Amino acid sequence: MWQTLDDFYWTYQSLIHGIGVNGILALSIYVVLAVGQLSLGQAAFMGVGAYTGALLTVKFGTPFAVSMAAAAAVPALIALVVGGPTLRLTGVYLAIATIGLGEITRIVFLNWDYAGGALGLSGIPEKGGVLAIYGTLAVVLIALILVARSRIGRAMEAMREDEAAAGVMGVNLPRYRMTALVVSSGLAGIAGCLSAHVSSFIGPNEYGFETAVTILSYALLGGIGSPVAPVLGAAILTLLPEVLRPLADFRLMVNGLIIVVAVLFMPRGILPWRIARTG
Amino acid sequence: MLEQQLVNGVVLGATYALFALGFTLMFGVMGVINLTYGVYFAVGAFAALWSTQALGLPIAAALPLGALIAGVIAVAIDTLLLTRLRKAKAPELASLMVTLGATLFLYAGMAASLGTEIRRFPAAVFDGGAYDLGAVRIGTTQILIFGAAVALVVALMALVRGSRLGLAIRAVAENPDAAALMGINGGLMLRVVSFLSGAIGGAAGVLVGLNFNAIQPFMGEHMMLRGFAVIIVGGLGDLRGALAAGLLLGFAEVLTAAYVSSTFKDLTAFALLVATLWFRPLGLFGRAAAKRA
Repeated sequence: MWQTLDDFYWTYQSLIHGIGVNGILALSIYVVLAVGQLSLGQAAFMGVGAYTGALLTVKFGTPFAVSMAAAAAVPALIALVVGGPTLRLTGVYLAIATIGLGEITRIVFLNWDYAGGALGLSGIPEKGGVLAIYGTLAVVLIALILVARSRIGRAMEAMREDEAAAGVMGVNLPRYRMTALVVSSGLAGIAGCLSAHVSSFIGPNEYGFETAVTILSYALLGGIGSPVAPVLGAAILTLLPEVLRPLADFRLMVNGLIIVVAVLFMPRGILPWRIARTG
Repeated sequence: MLEQQLVNGVVLGATYALFALGFTLMFGVMGVINLTYGVYFAVGAFAALWSTQALGLPIAAALPLGALIAGVIAVAIDTLLLTRLRKAKAPELASLMVTLGATLFLYAGMAASLGTEIRRFPAAVFDGGAYDLGAVRIGTTQILIFGAAVALVVALMALVRGSRLGLAIRAVAENPDAAALMGINGGLMLRVVSFLSGAIGGAAGVLVGLNFNAIQPFMGEHMMLRGFAVIIVGGLGDLRGALAAGLLLGFAEVLTAAYVSSTFKDLTAFALLVATLWFRPLGLFGRAAAKRA
């Protein structure tokens, strides 16, 4: 029995890691979408987190917890610099300000010799693993469900449905947007750090536009009615290429198509139920 | 040295201004950030490449053909993607996300069918030679690029500002419902604008493809970063601002590449974008608009 489980784990190790990491990424984009904003910088934040964590671990030998904390803090700081000024403008501005981030991080990491340049960073010691990934996913998921059930969740939903009305009812729009953006970029950074420490290698080309759009497709397929939905979307979209092997080459096209179909025909995703409120 | 860089900056800036003009026209009239715009850019370049290689057309004929094909594709994609959302008066982020998905789909499709290697125009396209004016050397191709970009910009501005069609387009941009009551066919105007901006994007693709002599499916994606910077720096939907910001970015990039480092060239656009968001969020000539629910 244990032998079978062990074999299963070793065979599908990267897939198991991928589902967990992508689940956290789906939650990171959920946080922004839940307040009616759109960030296209999640892949870049993930990349910054991955490089921050991996550099600290490899070059300075910091404990895993410190690497993780820094991997959350640095992307959050970048999000404030880039997204901060857009918080008083309409949602389109945040989307535009963050859309170039993937390209920028690629250029920076590609030319930064200390971080390996074009060769990337290899030999990252394996830390965390399945336990850390799924532990983080569970903690974040539960925390976000609790938030969604509270007064804050109600305010977030009000912003999403009608920003002007929510503002008139006394919701502090810029503050909610800012908090959502910071939390979301920190989560993406953590996901990047976790995945860097299980894959032992990171490269400058992994965190571009395609990755950002793929992360968005998790949330659009699942829906954003509750935090569970984007995680489900991430699991489906991570498993899909494995199940449909012949499709693997067209994975990006399928992701694009899913976004188009989801927005046009299933605006509430495949898991549309809303969470019950307590506040 | 500096004079030469300024000439290069003017040529590059003119193509950026042209690219941004189509992008900002699309946003100004339809109220949608249409990310598929970068695809039209690549489509125009590929169509021109195909017509110079396979049909042996001169570049003067390949440019309008590339623009035409890109414009037709723009109308088709816009109709397919956005009609439904427009009817439902969906929020702007929904439209943005639809075009985002379509962009990923189209780029991946183009990369799969055309390959990602860099293609080049046949050498015959560039055989015009160059003029030496003291320290400055200007190629005929550069003159062609600059001339075509300026002519297109002037034609578009004349159309939008000075013709009845332009008046109708501006009316639809201002208020679609009121324009419809005045007897303007709103759906037709949106298709005209789609065609115009797609064709301008395609023409910009041909010219930028000529300037760097490098064409590949993702060229539009790299260009979009500059497109975003230019429309934010110029102010969303502001045609004049897009022109000024396009030229500004062209100069900034050429000077950064020459005097700082070519690595930083690609970061210039983003630095300008972030600086604008911090200090002049409504753009170079922007003024705050009243927010309506």
